[in-house]
Amino acid sequence: MTISANLAYAYPLAILGVGAMALLVLGAFAPKQTTLVGAGGVILLLAAAAAAAVQPFGVAFGGGLISDAGAVFAQVAIYVASAVAIPLGQPWFERRGVKNFEFPVLVLLAALGMGMMAASGDLISLYVGVELHSLALYVLAAMHRDNAKASEAGLKYFVLGALSSGLLLYGASLIYGFAGSTLFSQIALVAGGAGNTGLLFGLVFLMCGIAFKVSAAPFHMWTPDVYEGAPTPVVAFFAAAPKLAAMVLFARVLANGFTHAAGEWQQVLVALGLISVAVGAFAGLVQKNLKRLWAYSSIANIGYALLGLASGTAEGVQSMLVFMVLYMVDVTGFFACLAALSREGRAMETIDDMAGLFRERPGIALAMTVFSLSALGLPPFSGFWAKFYVFKAALDAGLLVPAVLGLVGSVVAAFYYLKLIKSMWFDGSAGATDKPPFEAHAIAVVLAIFTFPVVMLALGGLDILAGRAAHAFGLA
Amino acid sequence: MIGLSHYLAVAAILFTIGVFGIFVNRKNIIVILMSVELMLLAVNINLVAFSVFLGNVTGQIFAMFVLTVAAAEAAVGLAILVTFFRNRGDIAVDDASVMKG
Repeated sequence: MTISANLAYAYPLAILGVGAMALLVLGAFAPKQTTLVGAGGVILLLAAAAAAAVQPFGVAFGGGLISDAGAVFAQVAIYVASAVAIPLGQPWFERRGVKNFEFPVLVLLAALGMGMMAASGDLISLYVGVELHSLALYVLAAMHRDNAKASEAGLKYFVLGALSSGLLLYGASLIYGFAGSTLFSQIALVAGGAGNTGLLFGLVFLMCGIAFKVSAAPFHMWTPDVYEGAPTPVVAFFAAAPKLAAMVLFARVLANGFTHAAGEWQQVLVALGLISVAVGAFAGLVQKNLKRLWAYSSIANIGYALLGLASGTAEGVQSMLVFMVLYMVDVTGFFACLAALSREGRAMETIDDMAGLFRERPGIALAMTVFSLSALGLPPFSGFWAKFYVFKAALDAGLLVPAVLGLVGSVVAAFYYLKLIKSMWFDGSAGATDKPPFEAHAIAVVLAIFTFPVVMLALGGLDILAGRAAHAFGLA
Repeated sequence: MIGLSHYLAVAAILFTIGVFGIFVNRKNIIVILMSVELMLLAVNINLVAFSVFLGNVTGQIFAMFVLTVAAAEAAVGLAILVTFFRNRGDIAVDDASVMKG
């Protein structure tokens, strides 16, 4: 195949790569034009999403890049979520005196890495995609350079992220050695054979590495610190799209590469999922800081996504995809609310800060209530439908006990969401808040309207698209 | 005769030293960066040894990618370390503890 024939399957990635470099040059020569660079970034991300939506299906670059319904679904979701991050983040930084053009470029590069993760067909493109998105995210976490907490968050994220990349890579090298190929399709031929201990050893390392990236317990220890320290709009970005990309990578490796070892990886995923639900539910109970609280909430929610994937069926993959997309809306919306709120110029980050918010800012308080009830899984909010899909897939696959334990975790976690809601609606006001900035307020309101009631209309379409995407992963 | 298993053993030992360097080290963040580098290079030994043993060049290409990424990773790590140093005036591991819980 010629290079241009290969590129036909990689237009979204090419748009993002070339676009990021062009914006970098533009920013370097016209450093004052930060808004222009930001607008360019949003346009490029939306163009990449459109290009992904219409790209042909096939395999390119000798199997390194896969274009199928699964890759397309994930890429569109990732690019749109990244496009939301730029208008949310850039004005936030500028209000704090960090007026630089690198933010949109880094978001673009992270989106490129995530797109590669979603479309990777072999271990090399998997590794390059993971590193590309991780390196951009480390820098984003430490972007608020004069803030001691942000630089500490960036450092912790970097050290533990590098450790996880090392584990992932060690696993990849063992898989390559014992399968004789880096292509998932070739690995699948070998992984079916009995007694290939070396290959399973490699798979365990690889799964540990990806579990770090999705912050599944017991590999979650970086999450609360990084969420608390990193700038709020950056957290809104990396709590959403990178999690979806890493979950799709999980599905890709396990379903395409280790189809015949499903018995082994299902047990590991059930264990990871249940530990995550338990850690997220119980450790969240004692948190005062909302960013830390939602870090534990995200750990618990990743646990549900892993339970869906653990079903090992196409229905399970579909439930994971639906869950992650609805969760992305939820978490982005909640952090947009936090980014919009401040009191006398100081960020409001603890539950006590939220006391009486309903009387001060009814719109944002209502939006936060919607996101909290949705994360709690109360019908008819989007989070309920997400969990409904996961539990249905788990029950159909015969995972009765894990599903029941997951439900119990959800009941425990309800305590902290309800505590936040009670504080906002019934406690005495803690003082007047500043006028919320337009863009964060608008994003929060739009996402809250999606969470309920638009989701009722969108769910039908999402169900069909995610179902089509799930069948591309090749599980029954 | 030195066989594949010897190379794998060396790589496994270096990788373990790297992991322990991250967890046990209580002094200096630069040491953590060196440990990360050690892990990645241990993986490279694995990849090249497998590549020669299998008579398949993919492993060596993979090793080239790993080297490139390792260089980028070290650059990003040092840059973050510099911002941390400017805020704290120190790079001891125990100092990275504003956030706990």
